[in-house]
Amino acid sequence: MEIFLQQLVNGLSLGAIYALIALGYTLVYGVLRFINFAHGDVLMIGSYAGFYIALELSQQLGATISYQIAFLMLMGSMLVCAGIGVLIELLAYRPLRNHPKLTVLITSIGVSLLLSYGGQILFGAQPRPFPELIHASQLHITKNLTISSSHLIVLLVTAVILLALRFIVMKTRFGMAVRALSMNPQAASLMGVNPNAVISWTFALGSALAGAAGILYSMTIQSIEPLMGTMPGIKAFIAAVLGGIGSIPGAALGGVLMGLVETFVGGSSFSSYRDAIAFGLLILILLLKPAGLLGKAQAEKV
Amino acid sequence: MIHARCNSPLMANFYRFRCLPIAFGFPQNTIYAMKRYITVITLALLAIAFGGCKKAASLLPPNEIKVGEFTSLTGVNATFGQSANNGTQIALQEINAAGGVLGKNLNIIVDDTQSKAGETSTIVHKLISQDHVVALLGEIASVRSLEAAPIAQENKIPMISPASTNEKVTQAGDYIFRICFIDSFQGKVMSKFARSIGVKHVAILTDTSKDYSVGLTDSFKKDFTANGGLIVSEQSYSGGDKDFGPQLTAIKAQNPEAIFLPDYYTEAPLIMRQARQLGIDVPFMGTDGWDSPELLTVGGNAVEGSYFSNHFSQENASPNVQRFVKNYKDKYGSAPDGIAALGYDSVYILADAIKRAGSTDPVKLRDAIAGTQNFDGVTGKITLDANRNPMKSAVVIRVQDHSFRYLETIDP
Repeated sequence: MEIFLQQLVNGLSLGAIYALIALGYTLVYGVLRFINFAHGDVLMIGSYAGFYIALELSQQLGATISYQIAFLMLMGSMLVCAGIGVLIELLAYRPLRNHPKLTVLITSIGVSLLLSYGGQILFGAQPRPFPELIHASQLHITKNLTISSSHLIVLLVTAVILLALRFIVMKTRFGMAVRALSMNPQAASLMGVNPNAVISWTFALGSALAGAAGILYSMTIQSIEPLMGTMPGIKAFIAAVLGGIGSIPGAALGGVLMGLVETFVGGSSFSSYRDAIAFGLLILILLLKPAGLLGKAQAEKV
Repeated sequence: MIHARCNSPLMANFYRFRCLPIAFGFPQNTIYAMKRYITVITLALLAIAFGGCKKAASLLPPNEIKVGEFTSLTGVNATFGQSANNGTQIALQEINAAGGVLGKNLNIIVDDTQSKAGETSTIVHKLISQDHVVALLGEIASVRSLEAAPIAQENKIPMISPASTNEKVTQAGDYIFRICFIDSFQGKVMSKFARSIGVKHVAILTDTSKDYSVGLTDSFKKDFTANGGLIVSEQSYSGGDKDFGPQLTAIKAQNPEAIFLPDYYTEAPLIMRQARQLGIDVPFMGTDGWDSPELLTVGGNAVEGSYFSNHFSQENASPNVQRFVKNYKDKYGSAPDGIAALGYDSVYILADAIKRAGSTDPVKLRDAIAGTQNFDGVTGKITLDANRNPMKSAVVIRVQDHSFRYLETIDP
């Protein structure tokens, strides 16, 4: 029972990170109807941004990592990623706006490779230790059930970000524009929504989430390298599809589910089949509910 | 008409009598034209002559012995590949400074496998068919040595792997050798060591995507359980995984006294850091794959107090070890690791075999390498057995104060 609860905590924490990344996929899909495969690599950029900010700040202040620096890292990384996201959209996707969606999709794979292998040249291929943001400590609940400080931080930060996102999408004019655009782009622009501006802001928002996820993910795995974004990127994409792509609560649910399945399989005696089992489950769910758990089946307009 | 005559070989001699055309009443401009033709022909003849010379020179036995080295200078195992190459370069420098082998200089042609599967076979084919090397040195990782071995065997070119410890490598054929100890021995060493420090309950964490890790797990488990030890938990992951929380949580619940982690320096420190974060404070026990300064830089405090088996310790006082350590430090500014020492020994073993064979004929060279006995290398006394594996001792290293400290030597 204790092990079950412990794995539950591990799984929720990993799932929270997947949820953050999956939201980026879903937001972009909502307004542009395409999968931005470079999203996982934006996460990697976010991790490196955080790494360099921590390095610079701890040198400037002569201090070790503290909560203030950790907070600045998170904010800095989100800002850098937002900028990168807007730039990618402007340079790579906007010129292809009226081309078939497949063209944009392939371009996004190209951007993904450019970022990860460009990262190898820029940052070096060697993995680097990620600074310990906070002193590792454990909250002992029972003998075998401990919640480590990093799990707690991952869960707290994700909860705050999800609430903020819900507020932005549901209560602000920008959020209304995003929802309008995802419902019907033509009608939205007739109603005075500037699609290009909204798309740029959506990319900024989605990429900022990837930046935050990058910091949390590096904090969990404790090292960074230029190809680190690929696997969580793919898994979060699958989480987004699982929850119903285009649906924000769906992405969050899919992410958490994915994290839980992976963790429970990983802790069992089938641990080396963990990806196979996680992906097998996904195929099963999609067979039963093709639009995803919370997605609405839409008839394709011809 | 002039044209035809100028083209004939006899016309070359005509140059000597260039005054003759005037005497025969040829117009002046025709003479200039003929002169030009003659110059062209002379140059052409010269070119053929020199070209011929060059060709003739290459037919003579070259004044060097070509050896191919394929290793991972870049990619995920870059520090291993670079270390091995540093070691071979030191040996090469020493051997050539002392007059070479059989009166010829050794020449090592180094190619990078980029730590990639597929790349290795391309490079080995190139070294054999294009560079015509007499022997091959490489690879570090067992998985890539296994790729190269059948090619070397098929072409009957002796191959010496400095550091691939998986059993199957030398089973590829009688032209494949290695000078590091094998996994079954290394697993036994760590099992013996664990028992010697009073550890009875061990958990194992294996990377199922690496032949290296799986082989070591098998041999450790066999020896440890046969001697009354208990494996309380066996968990696995596969290459590229980053989050080890689930496996470590399952291990922690079984309260092991030590955790056996046979993997490379790339994953091992990450796993140890994540373990410390989960509150696991027992020592980890690893193998020669840990031997890289990166274990210390990435692992930090998490790797303190852990142990691993290795080929070599620079704290060994024997004169040839100290000479190697000194030359290495002079050239590269840092202390050699185990892989560098193996790279160094691999060149010396090959040079020794070429000397004993008295030629670079592949069959004679193969027999000479197979006959290596009590070779006094920096990684210990090396005798190759009938399976072309060395019989030698291993050392156990402890991570202490952010450095690798020699603990003890364990014999086979």
